[in-house]
Amino acid sequence: MTAQHPPVSTPTEPLLSVRDLGVRFGVRGQKEIHAVDEVSFDIRPGQHVGLVGESGSGKSVTSLAIMGLLPRRGVRTSGEVIWGGRNLLTAGRREMSELRGREIAMIFQDPMTSLNPVVTVGVQVTEVIRRHVARDKAEARDRAEELLRKVGIPDPGRRLREYPHQLSGGMRQRVLIAMALACGPRLLIADEPTTALDVTIQAQVLEVLKELVSGTDAALLMITHDLGVVAGLCDEVNVMYSGRIVESTNRDRLFAEPRHPYTGGLLESIPRLDSPRGTPLRPIPGSPTETLAWSEGCAFAPRCRNKIDLCTERTPALEVQADRKLRCFNPLSAPDHEGAVSR
Amino acid sequence: MTVTLPPSSNPGPGPAIDEEVHGVSLWRGAFRRIRRNPSAIAGVVIVLAFTVVALAAPLLTTYQPGSAQWSGQVTPSSVPGPSDEHWLGLDRFGSDMWTQMVYGARQSLIYGVISTAIGLTVGASLGALAGGFGAVGGRIGAWVDTAVMRFVDVMLSIPSLLLAVSIAAVLGQNSYAIMIAIGTAQVPIFARLLRGSMLSQGKSDYVLAASALGLRKRRIVMGHVLPNSIGPTIVQATLNLATAIIEVAALSYLGLGSSDPAVAEWGRMLVAAQDRFDAAPRLAIMPGVAIAITALGFTLFGEALREALDPRTRR
Repeated sequence: MTAQHPPVSTPTEPLLSVRDLGVRFGVRGQKEIHAVDEVSFDIRPGQHVGLVGESGSGKSVTSLAIMGLLPRRGVRTSGEVIWGGRNLLTAGRREMSELRGREIAMIFQDPMTSLNPVVTVGVQVTEVIRRHVARDKAEARDRAEELLRKVGIPDPGRRLREYPHQLSGGMRQRVLIAMALACGPRLLIADEPTTALDVTIQAQVLEVLKELVSGTDAALLMITHDLGVVAGLCDEVNVMYSGRIVESTNRDRLFAEPRHPYTGGLLESIPRLDSPRGTPLRPIPGSPTETLAWSEGCAFAPRCRNKIDLCTERTPALEVQADRKLRCFNPLSAPDHEGAVSR
Repeated sequence: MTVTLPPSSNPGPGPAIDEEVHGVSLWRGAFRRIRRNPSAIAGVVIVLAFTVVALAAPLLTTYQPGSAQWSGQVTPSSVPGPSDEHWLGLDRFGSDMWTQMVYGARQSLIYGVISTAIGLTVGASLGALAGGFGAVGGRIGAWVDTAVMRFVDVMLSIPSLLLAVSIAAVLGQNSYAIMIAIGTAQVPIFARLLRGSMLSQGKSDYVLAASALGLRKRRIVMGHVLPNSIGPTIVQATLNLATAIIEVAALSYLGLGSSDPAVAEWGRMLVAAQDRFDAAPRLAIMPGVAIAITALGFTLFGEALREALDPRTRR
């Protein structure tokens, strides 16, 4: 399916390179809001990268900025999103429209509202195929049927004639996955694809996603607040807080020894089967609205257990360390000195 | 980690997915809801009766409208009342009143449907133009949207009956003029309604999802936004039929209707009945009641349709 794309020159060269991305929302006469700031990460071919954070941390805005789907009015972007030597932030509308769906595809959070309710599933799947690959109607139809079978939808011929409301939530998300993968994209962005589904269906949908993505050499950018999803799917993880990346490392290291207090807090607030009964959960105190502006110090400081005076005096930079990138003045200690996770 | 994936089960055809309840189609569901609503049934019955009478007019009477055949029987002080020969009596010109009423229904239906069709076609086109460009966004889109809607606002600022009277006065006394006049007066309603729902649909998730798949703007507007926005406009058309029938009566009452006596109009019948109101009040009451009941029927029907199609009011 990906044979139609030009071969990538070297396997290690990043497919997508986000450099110092910033997104500001502004209404005239009011102070601008920095939704995303200083965000940099690379995605290599076939790599599965996670972008983790609470609601409002800027994960979805980051993905919409990559896709060029942010509204034009009242939004200012800065930095670069490099894809195949081009900066997507300055690419033309037509150029982006050719790219979307064909090279970069996206799956959204809510399968209930992401399909058009008055058009049959078949029309919606085939129109994507016809837009980018097959001009012929019958050919597109065959392809759509094959795609639905691939994502595990029984009796795809019948399903293609049905309307979205006749399908369950899990099945609709499968249809959306099929549509996203229809033209063999090189990068798939999944924005919380399982949040709106119930738990048993979540697992099935993730499994389909995992299977299909690893079957091709497509890369995956997984946007989620669910560390369980990250654990099952991602190689590299970027943790975001209030619009900036605070910790960035590979999955195993992140789970074994989180260094940023926010990452540590996220891991601790997950119920564990292996902890003794009656152990209370340890939520992160406060809410994401209690942030400090990054210009005044560390945004997480008001909620941080490890806060020191420096945290509210200077802005921490994202420092490159031996095994990760970290934005913290007083990180959690490594577990070989003291159990950072299993306290 | 405990929130990790369960052991990789086969994600394929699981009964949990396949046995999901099949939804009921929009129109079938709407029909079911109409059947449970007594005022909706009343509306449907009135609209059906009116339509049948209008369509079957030549079968329901053996006389011609406006024939004035029995003018000799009408005197300034008395108009013959109901008899075996003339079920509703004669009108003041000596035509059969039943025939006048039946053909009046036919004329009202023609006027109402055609003028609403004119309003719907022109209004929906303008609305789709503005809404389509508005939903696309960008400088050109916003400009087209603004230009079209300011034009519509100007139309809306003129009271609809006044607008209709002016148009009818310019175009002269004939059936076409009255339909064009009332159709034009309806244009702003349809234009604003369709534009509004297209703009709100343009912000929906499936539009974002479609753009994320690289579909062209034109395709998104025509294939996704428009079909989702047309529903309220259709319902409005039903409601507008009621208004149109009343406005047609008003225009012909004001003497702007057809001047052809062979065209029976309820509004003109009201005018004619005025100066015999002492002798034969039924001549005014019958067309008046017919106008009121027909308008009520279309209003009830339109309201019921709106409720039945609107998922938020489902009971």
